[in-house]
Amino acid sequence: MSAPRHEKVREIVLALAGQPNAGKSTVFNLLTGLSQHVGNWPGKTVDRKEGTLERGGARIRVIDLPGTYGLSAHSEDERIARDFILHERPDVILMIADASALERSLYLLTELVVLPVPVVLGLNMMDVAESEGIEIEPHVLEAALRMPVVPLVARRAQGVSALLSVALRVARAPQECVPARPEIAASHRDVLTRVADLLVGNLPAPYPPDWAALKLLEGDPEIAERARQWLPAAAWNEIDALLRAHEDAVLDVASGRYEWIGRMLRAGVKRPQLGQVSLTDRLDRVAVHCVWGVVLLLAVFALVFGLTFGIGSPLQEWLDTGVVLPLRDGVRAALAGRPAWLAGLLADGMLGGAGLVFTFLPILVVFFAALALLEETGYLARAAYVADGFMHSLGLHGKSVLPLFLGFGCNVPAVMGARVIASRSGRLLTILLAPLVPCSARLAVLAFLVPVFFHEYALAIALLFVVANLLVLAGVGVVLSRTVFRGQHAAFIMELPLYHVPDRRNIAHFVWSNTWAFLRKAGGLILLLSALVWALSYSPQAGVEGSLLARFAQRLAPLGTVLGLDWRMLVALLTSFIAKENAVATLGILYGAGANGVGLAATLATHVAPASALSFLAATMLFIPCAATVAVMRQEMGDWRWTLFGVTLLLAIALGAAALIYQVSRMLGVGMVHA
Amino acid sequence: MSARTAVPLSELPPHTKAVVRRLAGGRPFAGRLAGMGVVVDSPLEVLQNVGHGPVLILVRDTRIALGRGEAAKILVDAAA
Repeated sequence: MSAPRHEKVREIVLALAGQPNAGKSTVFNLLTGLSQHVGNWPGKTVDRKEGTLERGGARIRVIDLPGTYGLSAHSEDERIARDFILHERPDVILMIADASALERSLYLLTELVVLPVPVVLGLNMMDVAESEGIEIEPHVLEAALRMPVVPLVARRAQGVSALLSVALRVARAPQECVPARPEIAASHRDVLTRVADLLVGNLPAPYPPDWAALKLLEGDPEIAERARQWLPAAAWNEIDALLRAHEDAVLDVASGRYEWIGRMLRAGVKRPQLGQVSLTDRLDRVAVHCVWGVVLLLAVFALVFGLTFGIGSPLQEWLDTGVVLPLRDGVRAALAGRPAWLAGLLADGMLGGAGLVFTFLPILVVFFAALALLEETGYLARAAYVADGFMHSLGLHGKSVLPLFLGFGCNVPAVMGARVIASRSGRLLTILLAPLVPCSARLAVLAFLVPVFFHEYALAIALLFVVANLLVLAGVGVVLSRTVFRGQHAAFIMELPLYHVPDRRNIAHFVWSNTWAFLRKAGGLILLLSALVWALSYSPQAGVEGSLLARFAQRLAPLGTVLGLDWRMLVALLTSFIAKENAVATLGILYGAGANGVGLAATLATHVAPASALSFLAATMLFIPCAATVAVMRQEMGDWRWTLFGVTLLLAIALGAAALIYQVSRMLGVGMVHA
Repeated sequence: MSARTAVPLSELPPHTKAVVRRLAGGRPFAGRLAGMGVVVDSPLEVLQNVGHGPVLILVRDTRIALGRGEAAKILVDAAA
């Protein structure tokens, strides 16, 4: 910190590695604090977190690698972590291990020590290990592993400063670090040597031959593909033959790593043989119970739902009426003498869109806080476990349950909540299905329109719509998981971490980085779409009646005939793209409600046949998601093609369902006479 | 361990202790399990198995939930 100004500041790069649930983000947050920057790994949708700090005259960059159990090529996260280490060559890897499950936690270490970067081991959750009766002697471990070992209780900020000092010492003298390395079983040792020999001289710079040889023996598809391209045919053919003859090596390599870990831990770790019942075991008796677990799941979700919308919605409304509306009125007043379109564009198009972005914030903040809390405590994994049987039948991962459930309030947090799912295909499927959950805005349209047409049957019809909607969701899930995502079904293998007291900093960081990502990535798009629809509904002259949007809808008359919808209802559908609740307002304008003292309900009842109303409701419930949902879909899928696929799919389903309902009603001769 | 034939993990009742004998799900499957502590010769304990839905096991101090299909691909020797 007190470095002389003129001295050239050397930059040191630390990579933070660790298995999930080892407390890596707590360490990262302690080290980097507010200097964090969240981006994406190049070409990937995985978050890349980086932060900086200064210490002892050095500028230190800390890169948070994705939490991974190992460094195989089978998951995107693991490829990102190992590519970063190989290609960017950080000065030191800080590996955070969970002291309460040390054996398993060190599996990642066995993969790290064969890479050409020195490793410092941080043993986190020493307090938890102690409470479980596990005795760990860091110095003994240090001697066995031949690398620095620092005990930590990151939750209480203990040991993190020492970890940093040790890392800096190693960064300044990396050559002193020669860690112990696991050796392959004797039966495969000669093969490994031979493969490595064949690789020497044929591999481009960042790939160490002995590491690549080990990966080949493990059956790593990425390295195999690269080696095939780099090597002369003769050398590759020999390797290929060797690998075929030793296909069982993959299991031996993995078992060998645990044997090595066992040897390393023998002297430094003592563990009790008494079967004491831990807090986690006691809590799990309820949380994963086949009856009480489901009851608890529903109760927790109801609570999250209640909190998110109980706190979020009033704030949202207050923001809308207390801040955004006066602002829009102010703009209109200020532009009183100017052309009407300018005031319209700024007040309605731009500020309307900005207001929309803005009003999502309270709901998102509360939701993200609840999500982080559930994840931090360890309960979210239990919820996923309990729900997996049911979600599995839809082709979904158990973890999809919370985001989809929250979709009943609003689809935006549902789409963003899908990021808790580790596999890309599982995440994509959840995002594609989330807009099919009937959100509160759509339920409001339903609640307004159904009584207009169906009087005493209103409740039954509304309920039927919601149930049919959920059946469509289930059906689409089943079909997509068996077609588009066929064979990509991510294996359900999930750690249920020990229960923890949540860390405030981690929750705050999670809420902040996700909310900021929404504003930064989705905000602009929502603004743009809102301004666009406004412009289309306003030009060439004021008022939606003679607008481009209305003309466009009139052009769609043939489609309207099939659906039983006149152009006014089509316009209402199109404007509902900005926000679902717009559907009712647009109908009000177009059907001239309010004139002659007749309300919208009465006007609609005399103008629209019940069969058309059914068709309109079906289309509204299933129609393309609102602009904000499309924007977050784009943000979370990281790619327009998937977003367009999702939007087109929903459009096809909505129009198909609407046409089906209208045509069947017509054939049966029901609902054609005005009520 | 006896010479009995290995059985799928999904068929073990709760509170059974067992040792992994074979992983029948291909390399990516074996690779994912390895990082979570499940390899050939790993001792484990079934914590919960209600006959449908996922199976919960304890292996190397770690609680792991496995989908039923995944559990069926882990062949184990049940301890007496």
